[in-house]
Amino acid sequence: MTHVLAHPLAGQVLALASPGAMGTGEKVAFWVLGIIALGCAIAMVAARNAMHSALFLVVTMFCLGIFYIIQAGPFIGMAQIIVYTGAIMMLFLFVLMLVGRDVSDSLIETLRGQRTAGILVGLGLAGLLGGGIARALGSIDAKGLEQANATHGGNVPGLAALMFTRYVFAFEVTSALLITAAVGAMILAHVQRNGEKKTQKEQSRERFAEGNHPAPKAGPGVFAHSNSVATPAILPDGTRSARSISPLVEPRELTAEDTRPKDTLTGGGNQ
Amino acid sequence: MTPTYYLVLSAALFCVGAVGVLIRRNAIVVFMSVELMLNAGNLALVTFARINGSLDGQIMAFFVMVVAAAEVVVGLAIIMSIFRTRRSASVDDSNLLKY
Amino acid sequence: MTLAEQVQYQSATGALSSVWLLIAIPLASAAVLLLLGRKADRWGHILGCASIGASFVLGLWYFFTLRGLGHKAVSLDLFNFIQVGRFKVDWGILYDPLSATFVLLITGVGFLIHVYAVGYMKEDPGRRRFFGYFNLFASAMLLLVLGNSFLMTFIGWEGVGLASYLLISWYQDRPAAATAGKKAFLMNRVGDAAFLVAMFLMFANLGSTDFATVFNGVGALPHGVTLAMALLLLAGACGKSGQFPLQAWLPDAMEGPTPVSALIHAATMVTAGVYLIARSNPIFDATSLGQTIVVAVGAFTLLLGCVIGCAKDDIKRVLAYSTVSQIGYMFLAVGLGGGAYALGILHLLAHGFFKAGLFLGAGSVMHGMKDQTDLRRFGGLWRYMPVTWATVGLGYLAIIGIPPLSGFFSKDPIIDAAFARGGWQGWVFGLAALLGAGLTAFYMTRLFVLTFHGKKRWTDDIEHPHESPGVMKLPMILLAVGSVAAGGLLVYGGFTTWLEPVFGTTEVPGHEPNRAMMIGISLAVVLVGVAIAWLLFRRGTALVEQPARSPIVRAARENLYGDVFNETVFELPGKLLTRAAVFFDGKGIDGIVTGLAAIVGGSSSRLRRLQTGFVRSYALTILGGALVVVAALMAVKLG
Repeated sequence: MTHVLAHPLAGQVLALASPGAMGTGEKVAFWVLGIIALGCAIAMVAARNAMHSALFLVVTMFCLGIFYIIQAGPFIGMAQIIVYTGAIMMLFLFVLMLVGRDVSDSLIETLRGQRTAGILVGLGLAGLLGGGIARALGSIDAKGLEQANATHGGNVPGLAALMFTRYVFAFEVTSALLITAAVGAMILAHVQRNGEKKTQKEQSRERFAEGNHPAPKAGPGVFAHSNSVATPAILPDGTRSARSISPLVEPRELTAEDTRPKDTLTGGGNQ
Repeated sequence: MTPTYYLVLSAALFCVGAVGVLIRRNAIVVFMSVELMLNAGNLALVTFARINGSLDGQIMAFFVMVVAAAEVVVGLAIIMSIFRTRRSASVDDSNLLKY
Repeated sequence: MTLAEQVQYQSATGALSSVWLLIAIPLASAAVLLLLGRKADRWGHILGCASIGASFVLGLWYFFTLRGLGHKAVSLDLFNFIQVGRFKVDWGILYDPLSATFVLLITGVGFLIHVYAVGYMKEDPGRRRFFGYFNLFASAMLLLVLGNSFLMTFIGWEGVGLASYLLISWYQDRPAAATAGKKAFLMNRVGDAAFLVAMFLMFANLGSTDFATVFNGVGALPHGVTLAMALLLLAGACGKSGQFPLQAWLPDAMEGPTPVSALIHAATMVTAGVYLIARSNPIFDATSLGQTIVVAVGAFTLLLGCVIGCAKDDIKRVLAYSTVSQIGYMFLAVGLGGGAYALGILHLLAHGFFKAGLFLGAGSVMHGMKDQTDLRRFGGLWRYMPVTWATVGLGYLAIIGIPPLSGFFSKDPIIDAAFARGGWQGWVFGLAALLGAGLTAFYMTRLFVLTFHGKKRWTDDIEHPHESPGVMKLPMILLAVGSVAAGGLLVYGGFTTWLEPVFGTTEVPGHEPNRAMMIGISLAVVLVGVAIAWLLFRRGTALVEQPARSPIVRAARENLYGDVFNETVFELPGKLLTRAAVFFDGKGIDGIVTGLAAIVGGSSSRLRRLQTGFVRSYALTILGGALVVVAALMAVKLG
């Protein structure tokens, strides 16, 4: 097997997967990585910030990838790490950054009883599935993949032999699926421009049209007591211009303390 | 210690993912929960391959990965286009298809 | 006629082979008048009179042709009407003395009334249509009396019903007239249904409704069937002739124009029932119980008509009830059987003349008095309309039976024959007929005196009542002449012998030795009636209705509760049934349907609340379902 994965660590990791009962190394790996994977999965669901969720999920998937390698699936394990944690999760992060306006969920559940019921049903299903599997399979022994891997001279040749013989049709269909998905994503992400691009003339006419201000917008803090971005500009007639500050910024009224002279001339700021 | 433990872990991860789909409103997090469920299924498939001494389970897991990748691409594109028009990624906001 | 003798009709030859023209001419005229529309407005009435006049002339010609024949009855098969398997109906005509008599009555009196209507309807914008209906009526009536089977008769019978409906409702903008037309139509339907069932019986038992087949086969039928047939035919006749218990429509039919009353409800249509019974004499001869019932119906109706006639103040209503009563006499006569059939027909003819004359006189009075009909508002009119006074007076004397006018020759023999029935029946029916004669004298005297004599009691808007124009006077005069002369001429002209081929005998059962005494008694009764009425009414009468002191007056004013009876016994249960059906339909059947729909709709609108639009709710449901499936699977697999 070492000729498949030349790195000595890989050989040691693979050695953990013994054909019969699990060895001590595998036990340790399972309990450590299993608890991490489960904990990160729960944390992913529980985290308010979507970015945190994504990172927790990366950890879980990484653990799972290691589990695959331990269980004599080095190819599938590496694919898991590269494709999932590497590619797919990065795509998630990318989209999260694009859609980043509401990265965090509010804690108020809008559907009455949805959270309680969801957790209860999840727990019930986990209990049923886990209990059922444990009871049905009990402490069966694994046959191990030594023989299967050895038939074609290794895990990757074995997988390749299966994929291009028995599963070749499914393989070809997945290629069609991937093409379709790529085209679909392009179509969905494409933005059609409505009408012709505006000419300079039109832009100029719009600028001087009724109800528009041809002059540049006043910057925040102009003629105001403070030059903070949260302080709206004061127009020549004394009113405040809502257009001068970003809609994202909460307008702020200055307190008496804020407007008190700060003795900057005398240099005695802290008397 | 038997491979059964992997299966129980897989079931637990699957249910955590399911709960995530149920209780999270951010469409991207919901999607991530779905991915978690798929991964849990993959873990079970790989474990079955080991138990049965056959590589078919790993092949299945491989196909699941491919399908999941395609699904993520399309799903994220849909989320993007919804976000573009509604300025929201909450699944609760897309509730026009109702009584 | 003995039963062994076969009824046989010779085929028509020569002149009589065109006897169908009698029906066709008025029918064609009606078609022209009704289809041509306004284009015919100017000459429509002339065509109407001419067609019926032509029929009359033809009728006379056929009549004398028939007199010259030996066998006295001809039949004419025109064409095949219905043929389905063995079931076969021919469109055929039977022309025998009875038909010939009726043809002359219908076309003769009918022609006079047509002429009268030219004047009477002069102001009516729909006169052309009126004459169309009149011609339609005449042709239907001719078909009725000329058909050679009960089915032919029935077709004419229905045509007459239709025409009478159209004519009674002539003033269709008056609710009373519209209702009266409907009432007549509906009550006629009751009788028609009975007639139909009688024909079904004939088809079922004898396979045909031909007069010849039926009359030859009726002797062999069981008595029950014959009785049923007789009673059903009687019911049909009662419906058409306004006899008890279907008499209520006839007085209401006076809502139509007066010529309609004269033509349809005095002279011709109402006699169809008498014709039917006379025509089916072999059936009635075969069941003495049926005959007794006919007699009883006639006797009861004649008294009923007289009693109500005494209580009415509307001149046309009085005459209408008088018609009811006189037809009661005819029913009494045809019910007695034997030679009395001829007496009934004789009275029918005489009545046709004098009642038509009376109605035309009443119409003439109304014409001069701005269409008023209230007897209490007339009086002293003899000076203003002498011709009307004279003609009505002659009709009046004729109807009460003063010799030698026609009523004397036609009515007295009926009273005579009723007594001659013998036993308690003879006494009961005879006394009823005699009492009827007295009452007739009373109410007719009342009518005559209140209308033409005494003080003027006119309403203020009438200043100069005027005599009717010549076109109206001439028919009245001719009918008055008929009223005077018809009875005697017919009796001494051998009318009963003329009808012998139809009825088989001329022998009238009567107390020959007591003939003079009977005449004396009935004349005395009539004179007493006249005298009482004269004493009571020669000074006029109160202008408003007097309180009814005795129950009999109250009952008479209420038409002897005929309408009330119909309403409670027939109308009320029908209404209740309808209401129950509507209720059942609305609450029961509709309730089930709408209730089901409401249940489905209601539960749907509740169920659709499940469709919240939230994907997460659906996901929860899916996961819950998965949980249940897994649980069930485990419960089965793992125990």
